[in-house]
Amino acid sequence: MVTSLQRKLLRDLLGMKSQILAIALVLSCGVGALIMAICTAVSLQETMDAYYARQNFADIFAHAKRAPLSLVDRIAEIPGVARVYPRIVAEVKLDIPDLPEPATGRLVSLPEFGEPLLNGLHLRQGRLVEPGRAGEVVLNEAFATAHGLVPGDSLAAVINGRREELRVAGIALSPEFVYQIRPGEIFPDDKRFGVLWMGRSQMEAAFDLEGAWNDVVISLMHGASEERVITSLDTLTAPYGGQGAYPRSQQVSHRYVSDELTQLRAMATIPPAIFLGVAAFLLNVVINRLVRSQRVEIAMLKSFGYDDREVAWHYLGFALVITVLGLLIGVALGALMGRGMTSMYVQFFHFPELHFQLNPWVLGMATLASLGAGIFGTLGAVRKAASLPPAEAMRPEAPATYRATLVERLGLGGLLSPTAVMVLRQIQRQPVKALMSILGVALAIALLILGSFTADIIGDLLDLQFFTAQRQDMMVTFIESPEETAVHELEQLPGVHRVEPWRNVAVRLRHGPRSRRLGLMGLPADRTLLRPMDFDRREISLPPEGLVISQSLAGILDALPGDRVTLEVLEGHRTTLEVSIVGVVEDFSGTSAYMDLAGMNRLLADGALISGAMLTFDAASTGALYAAVKDCPNIAGSTLKLAALHGFEKTMSESLLRMRLFNTLFAGIIAFGVVYNAARISLSERAHELATLRVIGFTRGEVSSILLGEVGLLTLLAIAPGLLIGRGLAAITVVALATETQRFPLVVLPSTYGFAVVVVVAASIISALVVRRRIDHLDLLAVLKSHE
Amino acid sequence: MVTASDPDPAPLFQARDLVKTYGSGVSLVNALRGVDLDIWPGEFVVLLGPSGSGKSTLLNIMGGLDQPTSGSLRYGDQDLTQCSTSELTRYRREHVGFVFQFYNLVPSLTARENVELVTDIAREPLPATESLDRVGLRERMNHFPSQLSGGEQQRVAIARAIAKRPAVLLCDEPTGALDVKTGVLVLEVIARVNRELGTTVAIITHNAAIAGMADRVVMLSDGAIHEVRKNSRRVDPSAISW
Repeated sequence: MVTSLQRKLLRDLLGMKSQILAIALVLSCGVGALIMAICTAVSLQETMDAYYARQNFADIFAHAKRAPLSLVDRIAEIPGVARVYPRIVAEVKLDIPDLPEPATGRLVSLPEFGEPLLNGLHLRQGRLVEPGRAGEVVLNEAFATAHGLVPGDSLAAVINGRREELRVAGIALSPEFVYQIRPGEIFPDDKRFGVLWMGRSQMEAAFDLEGAWNDVVISLMHGASEERVITSLDTLTAPYGGQGAYPRSQQVSHRYVSDELTQLRAMATIPPAIFLGVAAFLLNVVINRLVRSQRVEIAMLKSFGYDDREVAWHYLGFALVITVLGLLIGVALGALMGRGMTSMYVQFFHFPELHFQLNPWVLGMATLASLGAGIFGTLGAVRKAASLPPAEAMRPEAPATYRATLVERLGLGGLLSPTAVMVLRQIQRQPVKALMSILGVALAIALLILGSFTADIIGDLLDLQFFTAQRQDMMVTFIESPEETAVHELEQLPGVHRVEPWRNVAVRLRHGPRSRRLGLMGLPADRTLLRPMDFDRREISLPPEGLVISQSLAGILDALPGDRVTLEVLEGHRTTLEVSIVGVVEDFSGTSAYMDLAGMNRLLADGALISGAMLTFDAASTGALYAAVKDCPNIAGSTLKLAALHGFEKTMSESLLRMRLFNTLFAGIIAFGVVYNAARISLSERAHELATLRVIGFTRGEVSSILLGEVGLLTLLAIAPGLLIGRGLAAITVVALATETQRFPLVVLPSTYGFAVVVVVAASIISALVVRRRIDHLDLLAVLKSHE
Repeated sequence: MVTASDPDPAPLFQARDLVKTYGSGVSLVNALRGVDLDIWPGEFVVLLGPSGSGKSTLLNIMGGLDQPTSGSLRYGDQDLTQCSTSELTRYRREHVGFVFQFYNLVPSLTARENVELVTDIAREPLPATESLDRVGLRERMNHFPSQLSGGEQQRVAIARAIAKRPAVLLCDEPTGALDVKTGVLVLEVIARVNRELGTTVAIITHNAAIAGMADRVVMLSDGAIHEVRKNSRRVDPSAISW
């Protein structure tokens, strides 16, 4: 049965429904952000774990030049190794009818019979290749979708210099290519990079690897040491051109997924904390005001024998109802946003299925967090209500004390209108409340910045990457590293203006007990097309001799400039050398190592070799150039800069827009909630005074300007701290989002600051207009008759 | 009916040397300066005095809303001055009905729901409808306070106060905010409660006209009782005017 006290609660709540909705919405944003981030992270993690387990995703990966199958047994004897699966992996150039430029394909061998022992395929359409059927391949789904290829279709590939027709037998997914990206690139390009699985015997023949392999994947026993297995494996593969094994944590696809998980977890903390904090603050203000205005009712309840606990529960009830309302909206919001986030992931991460799921324990956590915020925000007011001495509460509250403001005491009072004086004195009388309101609005501004600045960063990074650091039109990579003279051949291609070579060598750097496997990049001294930048956007300068490495790589190796490190070349002649670190740079990627190309070739002493080149060309010759590149047997692949950029922008723009929309909505809600509450409370506290002014002849406009002047002043005062807090939160976020392989610059464009201010000011104006309607409808007689 | 003239030796309230001071130093206020007072069961007492005479303080202490600085106040066998906060709450919950000058109805509750605020927590309450019946407001019980006149609101407040069948009804200027005609109506209701339910009634007022309807009139000024007058005959409220 509903008691009268519960009925009072309900009706009081209805009487302040817009305020309650405002608070509940702020709270719901916090709950929504929390649920979105954690549930998406959990969905992603669980999907990943289950998929990896089902497809036997390997723990260790290694590439070699050519190793005999007999080596497999010896690898299997390494303590801790569970399964060993040798394969043949090769890069080929693909010729797709609907694509003028060449695409890159990665061929991976499939066993003649049955499933791969590790990194199993998840077949989506068709079937695996059949033994003996020449030219059959299984295509990865993203590439097939990008070109509309289905089983039965065909495509051409240049395999080891020979053009071959391939027939699509099936379409599949692999745990190895959840995030499918060409090595050395930053964005996936499903149109120009595909994975093709082919029968082993065909690949043996094509790449001259009968009875041999050039790639091995390994799974470990539970509790085995990755490090020890990698060391033993490297020893075994070294004679066969082993390029150094690496664990799953450094596998490209997996690293992108796990970086995303790290960033999702970061998103689960800061934004929800802000929203819940603001909601707690709003509750505090509103319930305090409620208790103050219901002093007499509280005293009456107590005089009739309601005890402190019952009174406390009654006022706590307000918080609970608002919290539960916010929680319900928040769960719906979180599910909606989580679905949006997941559908974005589906575009980037190729899992057999990825569904957003609401987790019961995350719901529990969100419930606890929002109840915590609700109770924290209300506790002070509730305690005040419970401890209110009834006899004292019967007496009217002492009149508020005002005093002259600083402006007036400075003798400048004459400059102020009476309205301005009232506004200033009101703010001065309750400085804490005013400060909290300013903080609330400032937080709204900060949140808008926080929600929008990621777009600034992405834009900045794109600009840096695609226009400052990389100024080529096309990048080509070679199958076999040719002599540097190959540059001249490229220069002969139609329309080519400039060709700059680069060389990337697989190496392992060792410093004491620490080591890291990476690609060492050699760049020409007179480079103008590929110019790596440091964190301060200065071109990284490469001395003629010695290594320049990233800050975090220096940390991993515990090395300083001047230190000598061991450089093990993992390809070609496999020399081991000592080299000095001549520079440590702060850059965005974190684990890069650079050398001057000439210095590198001198050091490795294996000839003046290059791995690829950057080209600029005349747009008019595009078609002819594409055709020529397609025909070059030694060119493994080419990347068109603008095509990659546009592909990325197309995929991202919708997500970014959606993110910005959500954030604007969220911050608008906070700003509206804070300003509206501040104005409503001022109105209810001062209705008597304002009505009196109306009675003695003030116009509606004049009366409104007293109250709204206060709101306006608070909003204006909030702008500067809001921008500062926003920048601070952005700085914290940039640090929280950084992973070993990715650092973000702190970029907040003036337009983002402006946008935040405009949204908050607009929200303030809207809430002021809503309150203004109430001022216009002040019931003068009723207000004057009341004894408050 | 029990009156002061009965030889009943057991007063309902027994106040001895009640002192109440507020503040300290220069701002020290002596609200009560040693009040002795007995009130017998079923008695109708009017505490008369100007504002600042200490009558509200005395009523608050009798109602268990406040504690005296010194002295003792017994309610039956219970020493109210020795009671803990929760014991005072129980005392108010079970024994006392309050009527306030400004009615203190909850604006968001209807007349009936305001009464139910009390019946929800009382042990053997009158049904809310019966309480409202007794103050002649059964017809208007689903109205909100804003839809009722001042006199009607005060009668709802009385219905609310008597719904718990209190032993004592404490009224703080119950007609203070009302015109004569409605004030008299309210006084009639209070007199009827005293007569029909045997509820002990204490009214504080500065309106001397009301004094005539009491069994006894206790006159306070400056925190002390300076005169107690016994009415040989209680005036019917309808004969009162001010």
